[in-house]
Amino acid sequence: MIQAMERHPMDAYLRTDRLPHIWCPGCGLGTIVHCFLIGLLKSGLNPDKVAVVSGIGCTGRAAGYIKLDSFHTTHGRAIPFATGLKLANPDLKVVVISGDGDIVSIGGNHFIHAARRNIDLTVLCVNNFNYGMTGGQLGPTTPLTARTTTSPYGNYEQPFNIPYLAAASGAVYVARWTAYHVTRLQKAITEALLKKGFSLVEAISPCPTVYGRLNRMPTGLEHMKYYKDNSLIKEGADPREVDIKLNGQIVCGKFVDIERPTFTDLRNETLRQHKDK
Amino acid sequence: MRQLAGEFFMNGDIACAEGAISAGCRFFAGYPITPATEIAERMAERLPEVGGLFIQMEDELASMNAILGASWGGVKSMTATSGPGFSLMMENFGLGIMLETPCVLANVQRAGPSTGLPTLVAQGDMMQARWGAHGCYSVIALSPGSPQEMYDYTIKAFNLSEKYRLPVLLMADAAVGHMSEKVVIPPPDDIKLFSRRKPTVPPEKYLPYQPGADLVPPMAIAGEGYRFHVTGLTHDERGYPVMTAEAQDKLIRRLVGKIEQNQDDIIEIESDWLDDAEVVVCAYGISARIAKFAVERAREEGIKAGMLKLVTVWPFPEQTIRQLAKKIKAFVVPEINCGQISLEVERCAGGAAATVLVPHMGGGVHRPETIVEAIRKAAR
Repeated sequence: MIQAMERHPMDAYLRTDRLPHIWCPGCGLGTIVHCFLIGLLKSGLNPDKVAVVSGIGCTGRAAGYIKLDSFHTTHGRAIPFATGLKLANPDLKVVVISGDGDIVSIGGNHFIHAARRNIDLTVLCVNNFNYGMTGGQLGPTTPLTARTTTSPYGNYEQPFNIPYLAAASGAVYVARWTAYHVTRLQKAITEALLKKGFSLVEAISPCPTVYGRLNRMPTGLEHMKYYKDNSLIKEGADPREVDIKLNGQIVCGKFVDIERPTFTDLRNETLRQHKDK
Repeated sequence: MRQLAGEFFMNGDIACAEGAISAGCRFFAGYPITPATEIAERMAERLPEVGGLFIQMEDELASMNAILGASWGGVKSMTATSGPGFSLMMENFGLGIMLETPCVLANVQRAGPSTGLPTLVAQGDMMQARWGAHGCYSVIALSPGSPQEMYDYTIKAFNLSEKYRLPVLLMADAAVGHMSEKVVIPPPDDIKLFSRRKPTVPPEKYLPYQPGADLVPPMAIAGEGYRFHVTGLTHDERGYPVMTAEAQDKLIRRLVGKIEQNQDDIIEIESDWLDDAEVVVCAYGISARIAKFAVERAREEGIKAGMLKLVTVWPFPEQTIRQLAKKIKAFVVPEINCGQISLEVERCAGGAAATVLVPHMGGGVHRPETIVEAIRKAAR
């Protein structure tokens, strides 16, 4: 007989007085937040020195459930807010957790510039291929031909390939996993948290309620089966070749792990050289 | 650490940057825009000298957010911009109001709308300062009229932002920003600074939005172990979202109330010759300087003219206007727009005294004679 657990193992890191959360049954966000917390604990970082910044949307609510210093900001602006927080308080590890629409559409400019500057931030971008909070509209990652409420005849816009965008902009760590790959996702989050510089983990998440329903995958279980059957783990894959097609293969793995001086490294070195003159 | 002290010849933008440094600002994020760029340039040069950090962001949306983030990281922060950038900053100015984040936003106004006259003066953003972000809230805005006031009011702006926990607006303009004059910078020990009240309770008892008697809640910063949550959503004392009319009512009344209740401490005006005045010129910023000259001329002609200069434009000094209206004939309001603060004067005068707008569409300042003529007509 199944017994209900009184406490979740991660309760110490969750705002339990805010539960139940608002996410739909079958959504990947609960799993992904859990992976983040395990990844954080495994990193050995002091949780009092870790801050979470979210934007707006389904994933944007993550900051509200995670019991760390957490900021729920405006749509698309989590990264510049996090940039100010990190630069003003360098002892903090600052993590941005937000969705694909927030990070690469309305916040796309901030994303590429933070990567270019190599600000020491970790971005966990949850990609569910649409705007879920507002009821399933076309997003910057919606695959070609997919149906959304604002692409009722099928999407005819080319989507962004997030790992490629991150790599091209200068991210030093880029990985992608799905909500199905829980241990690999946890490991990637730990690695990203411990990586100095701008790190990106893309987590593919089911959105059965809106995106799934409009694209013949209306349950979380179907999404999980799809991820299981169609994910191709390819460590070190060329980010240019990991774009996602409707019902196509999802290439997962760590695509980028390089060393590059951060904004702070270059600033401090420049000012030191100036002083020495 | 190198803070200036002494007498200097500098323009208003540079004086603003020096005021920020004197106030303890150690983080600046900005985006170049005429006529505010010199503030960023000065901060880029000066902040490293005093242990601060400058970053040029990708746009004004990012600049405003970065200073909010820096403030929550425990550092006094500011940005500076002009019209088009001010419009972009409105989104996260609203976030700053909602999260109750101390910081300073300087707007060196130029003529608009849109790109307008990038290098030339206007005072067209005064209502945008009051109402530019969506929703209901109160603001604090100061309006300097000289490089010295750029320095002094920037310090005031920081102190008010720390005390009342909100982004404070410094509503300057191109004429003041680009004008060079003597600026006296006092020794650091002579400058009164105010820093945000910190929580005194342990983390498990801390409620991020539980206010004190002044309606201002103490502010924890990230990394101190409080593990607080703050959100742009309507929230309760815990900082948790509550989507009800009751929560909205309670929060908004406090956000407005913390300014209203403390307005005697916040509002600052300067006045001359009000005792026997029949016509009072009410002005702010660069226009107040010209207005004062016009009032002196009118007095020389034997007209009983007085001068009311608004140091703080927002919150608006309603009581002062109401009381004056009962005993004078008219207010004369010169402003470099087509009538913004004059509407407030007219509202508060409530018909007890006339309100005469002296508008200027921007690109220049009023000729004193124009204001003198308005005073003469109003005195008849």
